[in-house]
Amino acid sequence: MEHLDARHGLLQAVRDVSFAVPEGEILALVGANGAGKTTLLRTIAGAHRQTAGRVLFDGSDVSAVRANRRVGLGIALVPEGRRLFGGMTVEENLLVAGASGRAGRWTVDRVLEVFPMLRPRLKLSSGKLSGGEQQATAIGRALMTNPRVLLLDEVSLGLAPIVVDRVYDSLQAVIAAGATIVLVEQDLGRALRIATRVVCMLEGRVVLEGTAAGVTREQVTQAYFGLRRAGESGSSPT
Amino acid sequence: MWVDQILQGVLLGGYYALIACGLSFMFGVMRIINLAHGSIAVLAAYLVWMVAEQWKISPFLALVAVLPVMAAAGWLLQRTVLERSLRSGALTPLLSTFGLAIVLDNLMFERFGADTRSLAPNIGDLAFNSWSLPGGITVGYLALLTFVVAVALLGGLALFLDRTKLGRSIRATAEDADTAELVGVDSRRVYAAATAIALMTVAIAGTFLAMRATFDPYAGSTQLIFAFEAIVIGGAGSLWGTLVGGIVLGVAQNLGSQISPQGFLIAGHTVFLAILGARFLLAGRDPRALVHALRRKSA
Repeated sequence: MEHLDARHGLLQAVRDVSFAVPEGEILALVGANGAGKTTLLRTIAGAHRQTAGRVLFDGSDVSAVRANRRVGLGIALVPEGRRLFGGMTVEENLLVAGASGRAGRWTVDRVLEVFPMLRPRLKLSSGKLSGGEQQATAIGRALMTNPRVLLLDEVSLGLAPIVVDRVYDSLQAVIAAGATIVLVEQDLGRALRIATRVVCMLEGRVVLEGTAAGVTREQVTQAYFGLRRAGESGSSPT
Repeated sequence: MWVDQILQGVLLGGYYALIACGLSFMFGVMRIINLAHGSIAVLAAYLVWMVAEQWKISPFLALVAVLPVMAAAGWLLQRTVLERSLRSGALTPLLSTFGLAIVLDNLMFERFGADTRSLAPNIGDLAFNSWSLPGGITVGYLALLTFVVAVALLGGLALFLDRTKLGRSIRATAEDADTAELVGVDSRRVYAAATAIALMTVAIAGTFLAMRATFDPYAGSTQLIFAFEAIVIGGAGSLWGTLVGGIVLGVAQNLGSQISPQGFLIAGHTVFLAILGARFLLAGRDPRALVHALRRKSA
């Protein structure tokens, strides 16, 4: 059994957060704007330096490992706002990641199977894509590095609901292949539907943690706005 | 007469494009304006000259020997100087490369003295032979070779950026180094490789400088100015734009020298300033928009 365990003690944005993500889990990270979700994901990916605490991957400490090396270990982040290489084609965006990441089963063809809407866009500059196509490219780019854990930051940001549905439908194919995912999602209903477990953050701390089936929408909403300290046995010591 | 001047200007533009190639490449990838560019070209010229004289070999063979040395120097330059400079903001690389230029110029003066050198005697016929075309036009062997090498080098670089794995990593890092890291690209290595490539092109440019003219330890700044003007005219960071910029500069200088004996440099600088001014006006008088316009065509 392989384990991903992440601990943080970040100044300001993320405060003394500890939780573990077992392999195969879909963990939804919810919380209001500024709760520290994006910073947390970026710290796990190595794009942001922690001020205290450790990030453990597979039992070993990767806190000092640079972001590009963590990709090689199997941690991939789909950043907020997609951040595609706009001057490059969709195919090139995928190939850059494929050439630099972990060896594995993901190829351009496999990404196109998951996101068929990208097929006619392959040779197009990624700056010219629609929002949904850009998001698909960003996820595909992360998949090309053959991650063992995929970090998704605000996949639905700036997209029409119907487009978000399509992106999430495609994600089901990734999940079915046995992916481990940590996702940040503003849409609570969607987060609870897709995830196996939910972590709610407030002002940089974990205020609620539980299985998606075990927490009610009301509990999450209360934790979300900090109305009441709700929590299960696994909640963080604050 | 005019046709001849324009043709000679185009060929001269090939030389300017060649000398500007490395400067353009480094700006396109790292947003560094390398003020030591001209001095490094002169340093490469001295290295090629030394190797050619020492072993009595052709400068082209000597260049082949110098290329890996310059590549290693580029790698070191990035890792020891530019990487640290880049971390401290946009102005620091300008200052550190300016300082490097002064150090290099004076070290070369210390080592080689004030004598002017040239590789022209080492290349025999190539230095002065030419083809005669109808209408009294002559095309020098060396001028044409310079132009062909410039086009081949710029084209080769463009292909390299477009088709190879390292090329794609360089373009991704040039666009967004943080995100490139997130897909597994080691931006420090990419930058070091890009600087190594840039300095190899500078070595080629330096060799042609030494073959077509004379050089001395302080010849770098003139080369830097022409290279910089070619880049600004052509759109900073764009490789093909650099070729166009070099040609525009070369043609302007040659036509200027037809108008007045002193017109050569003045015409070149005037075209440079006119195009800079035009971009400034088009960009709506906002200096930040101007910088953006300069960067717009980045490779």
